[in-house]
Amino acid sequence: MFKYYGKTAPYLFLLPAFVVLVIFFFIPFFQTIFLSFQDYSHDIYNANFAGLQNYLDIIKNPIFYKVLWNTLLYLIVAVPILAIVPLFLAVLINREIKGLTLYKILIYLPVIVSIVVAAIAFKWLYAEQGILNYLLNVLHINSIGWLTDPKYAIYSVIIVTIWKGIGYYMMIYLAALMSVPKELYEACEIDGAGFFRKHLTVTIPHIMPTIALVTTISSISAMKIFAEIYVMTKGGPLNSTKTIVYYIYEKAFENLDLGYASAMAVLLLIIVMIFSLINICCFERGKYQV
Amino acid sequence: MRGKFGLPSLPVRGQNFDLSRSGENQKFGRGLKNFWVHAILIFVSLLSILPFIWLLSTSLKGSGENIFAYPPVLFPQDFTWENYVGVWHKVDLMRYFINSMIVAAGTVLLNLILSSLAAYPLARMEFKGKKITFFAILATIMIPFQAIMLPVYLITLKLHLVDTVNDTMGFIGLIMPFAVSAFGIFLMRQAFLAIPREMEEAAIVDGCNVFQVFWKVLLPMVKPSLAVLAIFTFIGSWGEFLWPSIVLTKETMYTLPVGVNNLQGMFSSNWRFIAAGSIISTIPIIIFFLAMQKYFISGENDGAVKG
Repeated sequence: MFKYYGKTAPYLFLLPAFVVLVIFFFIPFFQTIFLSFQDYSHDIYNANFAGLQNYLDIIKNPIFYKVLWNTLLYLIVAVPILAIVPLFLAVLINREIKGLTLYKILIYLPVIVSIVVAAIAFKWLYAEQGILNYLLNVLHINSIGWLTDPKYAIYSVIIVTIWKGIGYYMMIYLAALMSVPKELYEACEIDGAGFFRKHLTVTIPHIMPTIALVTTISSISAMKIFAEIYVMTKGGPLNSTKTIVYYIYEKAFENLDLGYASAMAVLLLIIVMIFSLINICCFERGKYQV
Repeated sequence: MRGKFGLPSLPVRGQNFDLSRSGENQKFGRGLKNFWVHAILIFVSLLSILPFIWLLSTSLKGSGENIFAYPPVLFPQDFTWENYVGVWHKVDLMRYFINSMIVAAGTVLLNLILSSLAAYPLARMEFKGKKITFFAILATIMIPFQAIMLPVYLITLKLHLVDTVNDTMGFIGLIMPFAVSAFGIFLMRQAFLAIPREMEEAAIVDGCNVFQVFWKVLLPMVKPSLAVLAIFTFIGSWGEFLWPSIVLTKETMYTLPVGVNNLQGMFSSNWRFIAAGSIISTIPIIIFFLAMQKYFISGENDGAVKG
């Protein structure tokens, strides 16, 4: 095809988006790294070069390990559930049954509704004399402090994240299931395979890439959790629900310790970038080919 | 179950009897299986909406009714709308709604324009630095906003894009960090790639210049992708909580999520009002969702975007 555009045209088209990306992504990216080597802890207006001091402070800070552990706990608990339960639901819903659209709408609803409203709704369920404690009592279990007991609080928050993600990942799986050749299932049925054998031998191998994709994206979003914690617990009780992003927020915007917050942010950047790289290189390659 | 009985129609010799019997059994088995499928799906659907139902129930209970009643009561005994009236008068929810609309509309519009502009040369042109540009955009996917939010805030302050200057600047500050996304650019690029080259060639022969090709020929052909981008950007912007809670200082500038979170502080333990306010704030997005449901639940946009 002949070249119908001038030399500058491509750059003109790219310019507006690039200005935004430079100002709000690239400069902040490098500034985060720069700030992480600055000391703002004494004077917010006059920073000194701090070298690796912020990083050393982080390593020595027991709260950091607590925060890291909480974030890890989020991954350990939420990610497997978000990879498996939605798949199971997608398999169930991937058929012609009555009320299909209604089921999909209801299960997808939590995805659409603002996380703030979701967190408030759960806070109300978790109340001391709330409905969940009532259910426990019915089962002859003593009430627990869902959000006030350091033992349970993080799990209560994780439940909200899981609840809000199920419908989203179910739709991703559903799209993948549509690509599984129907003949394979038919062959399976002729062999007399039951529900579980059919899906273990046909479905799972076929949509393995999607399972991996869901695992990485749910990991990445688990590491970015903020609103649930801000609305429900503010990181408490006793830092038991503080995750990396919440801790960065607290350090940056409440303690105004910009250097320390930035060093934490660099750590978050590194972790998320590793997961993203895996994601882009292995699972979403087609989308991003030059 | 499409195709389940695709095979029995084939002339399989000598197996007629067997097939019909297994058909009978399967019919019965299928009814049983469908029962369990429905049971599980109904259970999960209920779990999905239970938190809202309980919130709704609380919001409709009058002051004469104990909302901590034991055992809990689902259907309000002292039914009333007064919590809705009360929260509507005490909190400017309409203002929050309008603010959210302004921010979401601005974000969607900018995303549509900037993403498709940037996607066009990436899909259709050869130029110096294309590869580097491509990877630079790809890199932004890997940078979580949460990790760079502090410098983004400092830059926004420096550019005076905050509500302490004036409301317009405040809105611009809310919108700009999300004005374009790598996701949008790649989505539009895919759409442009799918258009046959002949379309452009014909337009050029007809005397269009490059901007006309973009505007008059290509853009109308990617409307479905623009719609997907618009809808998912809208949802993302509408639910955004972190950024507005960092930059906003004036209550009159609050978006719905920030305003709803603020209800907790305003009515500390008045859960009737908090519940009513939360329910009101959810109505617009539920209407939007129901109107656009095919984009969300058709299963074709494999999970377009997530924060």
